[in-house]
Amino acid sequence: MPRTALESRAVSARDVAHSPYWLRQAPRLTVALFLVPIVAGLLGTVLPAFGWLPAIGGRTVSLAPWVTLFSQPGIRDAIALTLVTGFSATALSVILVFGFCALVHGREPGRAGRAVMAPILAAPHAAMAIGVGFLIAPSGWIVRLLSPWLTGWHQPPDIATVQDPYGIALTLGLLVKEVPYLLLMTITALGQVPAARHVEAAAALGYGRTVAWLKLVLPQVYRQVRLPIYAVLAYALSVVDMALILGPSNPPTLSVLALRWFTSPDIRMYFPAAAAALLQLLMVLASIALWRGGERVVAQLGRRWIARGARGTSLEPVAWLAAAVVVGLAGLGVASLADLALWSFAAGWRFPQVLPAHWSARAWTGELGTILWPLETTLVVALVASVLALLLVLACLENEQRQGVAASSRALWLLYVPLLVPQIAFLFGMQVLLTVFHLDGSLLAVIGSHLLFVLPYVFLSLADPWRSLDMRYARTALSLGAQPRRVFFRIKLPLLLRPVLIAAAVGVAVSVDQYLPTVFAGAGRVVTLTTEAVTLASGGDRRFTGVFGLLQALIPLAVYGIALGVSGRNRFRRQALGGRS
Amino acid sequence: MRLTPVWAAAVAVALETIAPARAAAAAMPWKAVLAQARGQTVYFDAWAGDQKVNAFIAWVGRQVAACCDITLRQVPLQDTSEAVAQVIAEKAAGQNTDGTVDLIWINGPNFHALKRRGLLYGPFTQRLPNDALVDTRDRSNLYDFTVPVDGFESPWRKAQLVFLYDSAYVKHVPHDIRAFPAWARRHPGRFTFPQVQNFLGVAFLEQALYALTPDPAVLQRPVREVNFAKATAPLWAWYDQLRPYLWRHGREFPASGPAERELLEDGEIDLMPSFNPAEAVADIEAGLLPKTVRTFVLAHGTIGNTSFVAIPYNSPHKAGAMVVANFLLSPAAQARAGNVRYWGGPTVLNLAKLTAAQHALFTALPKSPWMPPSSALQHVLPEPHPSWARRLAQAWARRYTP
Amino acid sequence: MSGPLRLEQVSIALEGRMLIPPFSVAVSPGEVLTLMGPSGSGKSTLLSVLGGTVAPVFRVTGRVWIGEREVTVLPPERRRIGILFQDDLLFPHLSVGENLAFGLAPSIRSRGAREARIDAALRDAGLAGFARRDPATLSGGQRARVALLRLLLAEPEVLLLDEPFNKLDAAMRADFRRFVFEHAKTAGLPVLMVTHDVADAEAAHGPVLELLHAPEGMPVIHGLDPRRAIHEAIEVASQTVWPPPTDRIKA
Repeated sequence: MPRTALESRAVSARDVAHSPYWLRQAPRLTVALFLVPIVAGLLGTVLPAFGWLPAIGGRTVSLAPWVTLFSQPGIRDAIALTLVTGFSATALSVILVFGFCALVHGREPGRAGRAVMAPILAAPHAAMAIGVGFLIAPSGWIVRLLSPWLTGWHQPPDIATVQDPYGIALTLGLLVKEVPYLLLMTITALGQVPAARHVEAAAALGYGRTVAWLKLVLPQVYRQVRLPIYAVLAYALSVVDMALILGPSNPPTLSVLALRWFTSPDIRMYFPAAAAALLQLLMVLASIALWRGGERVVAQLGRRWIARGARGTSLEPVAWLAAAVVVGLAGLGVASLADLALWSFAAGWRFPQVLPAHWSARAWTGELGTILWPLETTLVVALVASVLALLLVLACLENEQRQGVAASSRALWLLYVPLLVPQIAFLFGMQVLLTVFHLDGSLLAVIGSHLLFVLPYVFLSLADPWRSLDMRYARTALSLGAQPRRVFFRIKLPLLLRPVLIAAAVGVAVSVDQYLPTVFAGAGRVVTLTTEAVTLASGGDRRFTGVFGLLQALIPLAVYGIALGVSGRNRFRRQALGGRS
Repeated sequence: MRLTPVWAAAVAVALETIAPARAAAAAMPWKAVLAQARGQTVYFDAWAGDQKVNAFIAWVGRQVAACCDITLRQVPLQDTSEAVAQVIAEKAAGQNTDGTVDLIWINGPNFHALKRRGLLYGPFTQRLPNDALVDTRDRSNLYDFTVPVDGFESPWRKAQLVFLYDSAYVKHVPHDIRAFPAWARRHPGRFTFPQVQNFLGVAFLEQALYALTPDPAVLQRPVREVNFAKATAPLWAWYDQLRPYLWRHGREFPASGPAERELLEDGEIDLMPSFNPAEAVADIEAGLLPKTVRTFVLAHGTIGNTSFVAIPYNSPHKAGAMVVANFLLSPAAQARAGNVRYWGGPTVLNLAKLTAAQHALFTALPKSPWMPPSSALQHVLPEPHPSWARRLAQAWARRYTP
Repeated sequence: MSGPLRLEQVSIALEGRMLIPPFSVAVSPGEVLTLMGPSGSGKSTLLSVLGGTVAPVFRVTGRVWIGEREVTVLPPERRRIGILFQDDLLFPHLSVGENLAFGLAPSIRSRGAREARIDAALRDAGLAGFARRDPATLSGGQRARVALLRLLLAEPEVLLLDEPFNKLDAAMRADFRRFVFEHAKTAGLPVLMVTHDVADAEAAHGPVLELLHAPEGMPVIHGLDPRRAIHEAIEVASQTVWPPPTDRIKA
């Protein structure tokens, strides 16, 4: 028999028999499912940004929208505000997280640390923004705690501590959410580096711990947290819900300005709105490029710093300061959520009382009708989007294992596309697709748009545990004559139940977090706890705002709890796999 | 928040969508309307900034579900113009029969914008059985910001500008708009009004304009650029005196009435405007404002208006929308809305037209000694023509945006 | 009994580098062929080729037969080639009995018959009454025996051993080794064993095949006959095989 024939027969064995056609198409389907809407959406934004939108009379391609954009009052301030808040939130987050990690150098966070991090990570941005707003307002908890005994204030001071023109409150809100996220990413990455041993080895050479960490561990870890950092940068530059709640209103950030024009009754404002959305995209891309450049410069300087061999312990206090700020931010996050809870049960709560004088559950029980519908919608959208994402991700991972090919790092970048491209830049244009299929304003459209953001996070959450499952379990099961399908359902899925459920819970958390996609795809008709909370935050009854914010934060937390509870009850799990998570 | 599907327009142009279809509900008797309304889902685009209002609409939803098998969904708006933009864009898109808005809480400039373009269904109000109970002696039920209603919108709420203050901190209040700068100078940072993009914010400016402009009669006619500067010059002079002593030095403003109410509750300010004479009583009842808050009305009368509901021309659920509009006019709904435990405020009905049992619903409403006396609310100034609100907001933004 | 395991001109290459040059070999039912060689010489890869789970990065040629049945292109679950690893790999979410039931051929239908078969197997292994136990509560030796029982209940036609005794302590090791070889012999299975331990090879009482990296980079297969001289390499041409008798070479 000719050798080529032998070769092909031997090699083809696994391909033919192992994967049904649909399973082999799973990765392609998944990528298409989120790249097609984004690319189409971007196109739908780019065209009107240059004046082309025949439906409302834009039939010539021109730079007129850009001229209009730059002649809007306050546009320059809005751009400056966007860049300042975006960069300062990201840079501060990174510095704080690295400072914190340098100090504790890779020790696993204890039970208390986890207990503090979990609700902050799970809470949607909007809920956290509302809570932080309550907390730092001139009449907020912080001022109340200090008044009047320290400040002498019997009435709240006339100082803009929220929605301040410099975006300090917005930056603070971003820090409260993004620092724990980056911390989690960094700790995960540290698990793959022998950080403690390196630091000890350097200490033996006379290096201070912080310096040792920065010189030895950071360069190894940074590569793995680079994408999450870019995601944070993109998010901070283009965030809408937090900016609506904590940012200034005149002028607001660029994304809020674009949203305002998109929703303007004056249809002609779509052109500058599309231009602003495109500008937002360019700003994010330029900022990432700038950050990348900054990385190179820092790396060069770092090399020289390492080569000089300075042992210095002078950085120790800086790390302590960073760690203290991180702890303070965590405290602020937890206190914000507690403040939401307090407000939801407050009847009378005058300044400067530290606690409400009267309590009432009226906001919770009074008009359930206004809560139940958004609650139901939120749950349905979150659960359906998460289950869909889970099915796609499981199909991709199973296919990957059956084909024996790991996804390339380029594929991982693809996953990050929805997290790096500003939402406002493609959501508007994405509506063309929805309108074609008569889906705009439907629940299905909202679920689909949430899927774009749920899918990457579910994948990132599940891929590592799935890939690190001992492949020999599957090989053993196959050798016992079990069909691949049976191996998947009877062996892999039960063994990985915990990460699967946690990934689903991550999906729910991400879905509940979505504001802009709900507003766009839902065309205002699909009301979730998040859209309702943001609407109320602009000036509703703080008790109801508290209820909506708290519910929003509780749902992901409850789903995490259920996920852990269900997987914990799995028979024999405690004995054999108790430590796995 | 509502988004306008400009892309619907794009697609419609591409697909050459067909011409509008006429509504079939036009000549049906009320019984047939009720029958047709069964099973419909009515999307009610309503400003959602006040939870009391949202709770009331949720209550209405339960009632129409029970009586008429209608599912009422409030589409929460931050500003009514969002719904106006939606309907205009749907028109542009040729979405003439399957619009996404069935009922809009509307008045003033927003009503004018839709009526002028022929984008409202109607006239339909005379077909509502409860329309007969409306108080037709009240001009604002017939003319919305000087624009004749003509049966294209059905009244359901009354509003009149009043002021709330915290008597714990303030003893003397300005009963004349001209006295506001002097009061503010004595109480720096203790007064503000909502941003002028908000209807309450611009109403405060209009109230001042009434008192200050040389000839108030011009306010009843559309703005003419030639008179605008002359008519408003005293207003800006007055405002320049007031501005430095406003909360945050007049550089920032609360987003809406309810947002300003939080400032009053927290003690960040002592004085605020409101469009609901019963607001203070209702809010104290609900625990939203301290018991020391009182209401007063300006000496020479204040602006009053009526809120309506209108049905867009392309609503697919017109029958359901009419049933909801009719229910909003029912004595039961009006009495509930007038109850300070739920919302509070004057009714649009003529109580003399009610049966004894219906009348009793209103006499049974909880009373409060702190309600402004009805004599104080006698003098109602009609809203200026809708064009003034927009023009004033524009001019204000140009003068005072940094 | 279904016949010998035959490898026909099987070769394995990775990224253009020949790991195992084409060779042929046959293992009779009840015979144990021991595969030795340094790490990275391709021993375990060869087992995964036979099991049908080799990663596609490896270029594999040749054919594999069990008796007159060619399994080269069959998916792993249809090859009837059982494999035992150095870890017992009992499914931790299933009880001992459920683990065995997972392996037990589906041809035994009735629940009673299946349970009886499992109980019998457990009794035979000195593990009577263990069916409901959590695998995690068993000792290492017990777990290893359960793993083998599970494999045998699937009625394989070939047994592959991938260093299965490595993690057991010395006493248990000899014990379990005997247990495995006895059962394989009883079942009449051709056995291919990968090991680093000469004692394993001796205990197998079978031929030994050693994979070596030649100094020039071209790997060479050495056949060793432990019955004659264990460490005395018998060099064979790269295309030929152990054992020398030509009747075993089919290619």
